[in-house]
Amino acid sequence: MDLSANDLVVHHGNRRTLALPHLHLSCGQVHALLGPNGAGKSTLMACLAGLDLRASQRVSLGGKPLSAWHPMALARHRGLLSQEHQVPFDFSVRDIVQMGRYPHTDRPHPDEASLVDACLQQAGAHHLLDRLYDQLSGGEKARVQLARVLAQITAHPDDTAPRWLLLDEPTAALDLAHQHGVMRLLQGLAARGLGIVVVLHDINLANAYADQVVVLRQGGLVAMGSCDAVLQPELVQRVWGVACHRLHGGVTQAEAPASWSRGWLAFS
Amino acid sequence: MSAVLDGPGQCDKAPAPAQRAQRDPRLLWWLGAPLLSCCLALAASQGAYAIGLADLPRLWALWWRPADAPFDPELTAAQVFWHIRAPRLLMAALAGSALGVAGAVMQGLFRNPLADPGLIGVSAGAALGAACCIVLLPLLGLMPIGFAAGLSGMGITMLGAFAGGVTVTALAWRLANTQGQVQLANLLLVGLAINALAMAGLGLLTYLANDTQQRALNFWLLGSLAPSQWATVAAVLAPTVAALVAARWLMRPLDALALGEAQARAMGVNVKRLQTVCVGMTAVAVGAVTAVIGMVGFIGLLAPHLVRLLMGPRHGVVLHGAALTGACLVVLADTAARTVAAPVELPLGVLTGLIGAPVFLYLLRQRGTRP
Repeated sequence: MDLSANDLVVHHGNRRTLALPHLHLSCGQVHALLGPNGAGKSTLMACLAGLDLRASQRVSLGGKPLSAWHPMALARHRGLLSQEHQVPFDFSVRDIVQMGRYPHTDRPHPDEASLVDACLQQAGAHHLLDRLYDQLSGGEKARVQLARVLAQITAHPDDTAPRWLLLDEPTAALDLAHQHGVMRLLQGLAARGLGIVVVLHDINLANAYADQVVVLRQGGLVAMGSCDAVLQPELVQRVWGVACHRLHGGVTQAEAPASWSRGWLAFS
Repeated sequence: MSAVLDGPGQCDKAPAPAQRAQRDPRLLWWLGAPLLSCCLALAASQGAYAIGLADLPRLWALWWRPADAPFDPELTAAQVFWHIRAPRLLMAALAGSALGVAGAVMQGLFRNPLADPGLIGVSAGAALGAACCIVLLPLLGLMPIGFAAGLSGMGITMLGAFAGGVTVTALAWRLANTQGQVQLANLLLVGLAINALAMAGLGLLTYLANDTQQRALNFWLLGSLAPSQWATVAAVLAPTVAALVAARWLMRPLDALALGEAQARAMGVNVKRLQTVCVGMTAVAVGAVTAVIGMVGFIGLLAPHLVRLLMGPRHGVVLHGAALTGACLVVLADTAARTVAAPVELPLGVLTGLIGAPVFLYLLRQRGTRP
């Protein structure tokens, strides 16, 4: 069940914020969406999630345009984590994660009761279970919201169709350990067949964990492909205007993680 | 993978995490129903004609005696109870629950604990409608007997107020609608402007009114349950019950909406329909209640806050809890209005403000000092 977009054009007022002739994303891979501020990353995420009604005919999930999906069915098949984590009223963390189960009201999971715990465990926020959401730090909120999206796309065991996870800067408020923890979680989910699209600002994080990189600038697609092919100094210089140098991992330890061998970019 | 994520979490455990025990939603009914019954029993026994609490069961048996039956001291209590007090109590409970549930719905819709039903212009519109009927209709010679002379005069004013409330809300809704979408922030501002406009119209009509009309207008603007009769109770019953039934359907989408409009839509909530239902339901329920009993402030703001404080913020308990709390508050406020300065009856809107505002300020202070 792949996610693809054709002739995607979005206008905000008179300004064209996005123009993509074709984009095809396949399940089981982590797609990192990169680009400078205002490149149209969040706009593209909104389109891929089906929030932009005019664009939802141009985006299709599993060969069916998003506009043809029932909103509830669509909600069960793809989760969106936006950058906005503000919630009014003092809900507890458990309440927040439970809200993610909204599209499953008609057909609950057999382990519905333990699902909230399991999702929080996955997102590394289980110790926050009974805290009030409003009193958490920004990073903790982001992890709770991640658990909420995981709860949203947790399917009934009978339903084996692959799920999609769209994350808009999930690592923005996280500390170093949690940034890598979240990326490793996404990698693990992709290995289980989920499709992942994640907006990142840290090019090295994308380089270490993404299978595919999509680079946007001024609403247009600059490059798409594997990290090695796309994340080269010339492109970084061209898109961000920052000089950098690609270092190749000289790690020889036998038990070194696979991501270490991908090298990294050193910025001047 | 989760080991990496869990690691740091365990060392930064907060010293004393602020927790709230998960409360069973059924507790709401176990607590609320007896509380409302107590309030109603208390209100039934107090008033100009003393009816003992012990007499209440006996009165149930005499439930329908015509008001114009030949005088019989045995039956006077029953007549007072069934023709004056019972409709008034029922109206208080209905009005309170409509205002409470509408307040909770508005706060959920605007994702703001300070929202209240008046925000979308329904109260100001109803006031304008009532003022038009009281001041302008006699000018056209349509109400020769003057305001409040009999049921027909009252009925026309009530209809005018209801029409005013619904029309002004519809106007605000229409003006906030740009390119087929209603931006809530926009609706808030449009509501503000429409409120100001309606208030200006009301001011103008008050200026034009003669003494009798001014008294009628004042009586209406300050709110009172005195015009409660079985006919008006019946008129308010349908919109209130409809609002309470709709609340059952609204609670889960409103929970999801708390996460933000984009997130709610991504979770499958039809936000457009949710907005329409919330605003429509508030306009009809609050419009009907305001048309009959006038402007009664603070209930819609206070009731949801009290419930959230006791039972947590989930709309599953807040919507119906606010209806129960609102009913209790209005029943108690009306009892106070009838008895505090007897035989004079104080305006209900003044009492709800007098009781509600300090309680609300106290809650705000509590919120500020909470660790």
